[in-house]
Amino acid sequence: MLTLSRWKVTAVALAVLFGILFTLPNLLPQGVRDSLPPFLPRKTLNLGLDLQGGSYLMLEVDTPALIKERSESLVEEVQKQLADEDIASVNPAVGDGSASVKVADPGKFDEALRLLSRRLPQPVRSGRGMDLTVEQAGEGRIRVAYTQSGRDELAASAVEQSLEIIRKRIDELGTKEPSITRQGLNRIVVQVPGESDPERLKAVIGKTAKLTFQMVDQSRSYGEALAGVLPPGAEILPYEEGANANEPGVVVRRRVEISGENLADARMSNDPQTGAPVVSIRFDGRGAKRFGEITTRNVNKPFAIVLDGKVLSAPNINEPILGGSAVISGGFTAESANNLAIMLRNGALPAPLKVEEQRTVGAELGADAVEAGKTSTIVGFVSILVFMVLAYGLLFGGISVIALVINCLMIIAAMSFTQATLTLPGIAGLILTLAVAVDANVLIYERMRDEVRAGRPLLSAMEAGFSRAMETIIDANLTTLIAAAIMFFFGAGPVRGFAWTLSIGVFTSVLTAVLVTQVLLAFWYRTARPKTLPIA
Amino acid sequence: MTFWPLIKILPVKTNFRFVAFSKLAGALSIILTIGSLALVLIPFKGPCGGLNCGIDFRGGTVLEFTTAPPAAPGATAAPSGGKTIPLDVVRKSLEGKTQGEVQVQAYGDGSSAMVRFETREGENANAVKSGVRAALTEAIPGIRFTNDATVGAKVSGELFTSGITALLVAIGLMLVYIWFRFELQFGLGAVVALFHDVILTFGLIAVTKMEFSLTTIAAILTIIGYSMNDTVVVFDRLRENLRKYKTMPLREVIDLSINETLSRTIITGLTAILALTGLAVFGGDALFGFSVIMMFGIALGTYSSIYVAAPVILLWGVKRGQAAEDATPITFGAASRP
Repeated sequence: MLTLSRWKVTAVALAVLFGILFTLPNLLPQGVRDSLPPFLPRKTLNLGLDLQGGSYLMLEVDTPALIKERSESLVEEVQKQLADEDIASVNPAVGDGSASVKVADPGKFDEALRLLSRRLPQPVRSGRGMDLTVEQAGEGRIRVAYTQSGRDELAASAVEQSLEIIRKRIDELGTKEPSITRQGLNRIVVQVPGESDPERLKAVIGKTAKLTFQMVDQSRSYGEALAGVLPPGAEILPYEEGANANEPGVVVRRRVEISGENLADARMSNDPQTGAPVVSIRFDGRGAKRFGEITTRNVNKPFAIVLDGKVLSAPNINEPILGGSAVISGGFTAESANNLAIMLRNGALPAPLKVEEQRTVGAELGADAVEAGKTSTIVGFVSILVFMVLAYGLLFGGISVIALVINCLMIIAAMSFTQATLTLPGIAGLILTLAVAVDANVLIYERMRDEVRAGRPLLSAMEAGFSRAMETIIDANLTTLIAAAIMFFFGAGPVRGFAWTLSIGVFTSVLTAVLVTQVLLAFWYRTARPKTLPIA
Repeated sequence: MTFWPLIKILPVKTNFRFVAFSKLAGALSIILTIGSLALVLIPFKGPCGGLNCGIDFRGGTVLEFTTAPPAAPGATAAPSGGKTIPLDVVRKSLEGKTQGEVQVQAYGDGSSAMVRFETREGENANAVKSGVRAALTEAIPGIRFTNDATVGAKVSGELFTSGITALLVAIGLMLVYIWFRFELQFGLGAVVALFHDVILTFGLIAVTKMEFSLTTIAAILTIIGYSMNDTVVVFDRLRENLRKYKTMPLREVIDLSINETLSRTIITGLTAILALTGLAVFGGDALFGFSVIMMFGIALGTYSSIYVAAPVILLWGVKRGQAAEDATPITFGAASRP
């Protein structure tokens, strides 16, 4: 075992080279790093938000709300499909993930059932079954319901769309390197280093931004409607906070005349008369045409501009608007008008998002943590080195010091290379890893001392020390690796970073403690030809 | 006699009779474990019982703020030099802002403080937070908010479940691994030792009122790793000696194995404690608790390998070669009931 075979020396040399090459960028200033030739690595350690400051948001797609909304449009779709074939339907009802109607003419029931079964259900993308079931539910009623895989697909596609839209909205804020990732089935994690004001983020992702234009129902006043006399096809919608001081809500027709999907652009601007911030919108071709028709038909009637179920304003149509542009006012500040413009430009979210978890670390505190982390790591590291030299002397202690330094280089290099996130607990993990790495050396040395004491000649004692300690080292490190793997699979955020640091450490420790120590000891044995073990 | 390298000071061969003290140690361990369990579990109130539950597991909001002026760019010292924050004013300004329990705490030189409050069901965590922020800004002029964190009830429940699952799965896998590599009795010994270490560490966290958070779980998982590491080293030697000295009574083999690995145990333990001391002293508030828990755990892990894991094996006995058992029926029987 104690031979200077070529592959061992090569492996050690490669490990050292890898360590130095990938650790180096961390020591260079940004300017030098940018001017490095492209074949050299330039990635530095990826500091967690707790070390560099920033915001972390975990959002959950409100799946129940999504299903409810889809059920409502499902009932409309069912009625439309039936009406297209001249089948009258009555008593529409919406359930949780289902819609049902009664076929007016019992003679047409079978035809209606066949028609809907043929047209509505679509195979889900995962390939397992259909997204909808169509069945008879009671006398003359047809019930159309989402299957579980249909629901899952709705949620999954909502998350995908939301990811895209959130990314676009946040990009417009101009923050540096936001990371927006999906987590689990219906969650999205947004991490923005350096952003210490999560409210700024929430202002542009907290709203679905579903914009609709609906006519105001003038047949009843708000007060009458509230008293319970709601005209058919109408609903009461509240005003957005601060949008109208006179009345808390307004009666509008349910029918959506035109929606935010037909917008081509939205910008913040100022009202030419009052100077108040407003949002100017421009419709696309179809939207402009439709908007022209509506305003032509409804001159001198008010219409409501509704955002996420709240009325922003309900202006009167004074004349037909044919140019396809309009202005939304509604008691905005410059900031809220700008945020709304950002949201409208980039489209509505398919479902509301709930903030489930939010963490912010001020940049100042992050810097403090980095400094404390650096100091304590260096102090911890140096005390291990000093202790090893004290315990085992210059030669054997020194050999383990060299192994430890190479180990440390390799850990930093591997963390930079894999862009693993280094968190504050991760630093503690790093220190403990180094301490445990020493354990491998200690095991080897102690084993050698045992063997020498048992009366073996030096060389065979050293060899036996290695091979016997090896088994223990593997056993001991595998248990740490198991613990780390569990942290990785069950843990969240900072714990995962810690687990990753620990796992990298286990691999590099075994590699350096065994291989580097072996090569160095073999080299010492060859050159010094010792007769006794200095630590025995 | 030379004093350097230090390893030469350690006696070449020690003959401590560890097993002789195992009754005393066992009693002590049992008392401490029961005491810790009581501290951790009482009051029987979810989710964390007697532990100082952080928002990771309970849900709620933490806001940190300071009156200190912003540090100049590049400055590395913690913010200081602000006015002392009057905590009673803070408490008063928060009255009626949230229905949940409110905790107020100052730290640093008194110019920084934090408030922690739960969000009750039906309350909008964001609205409550904005309300609290506004109230604080009004009550104490010139404060800046530095850190904040909000964890929803759903997420905190999940974090708690996954944290506890992680601990149990870790211990379970260790049992399987040791069983596979050694024998069932060894695995049981190791797992009893692990439970001992984990429960006592929880006891420390309960006594010191340290915050119980995700980071704590990471620290405990690391302790599990270290404690196993230590136990495996002792077991490894035990297995080897059981093969080597087929007729030696089990308790003597255990004593011998612990003695033989003693110098390694001391050196590795000292190194780890030394490194963590550096972390505790220079790592700032955030790392202090973490390092203290780990140091305690390492000390425990070392103790439990000797006084919990090994005696459990003694209680259960181990299967040795048939010949060996025939040769030492009486001593072996006596050894298994100390």
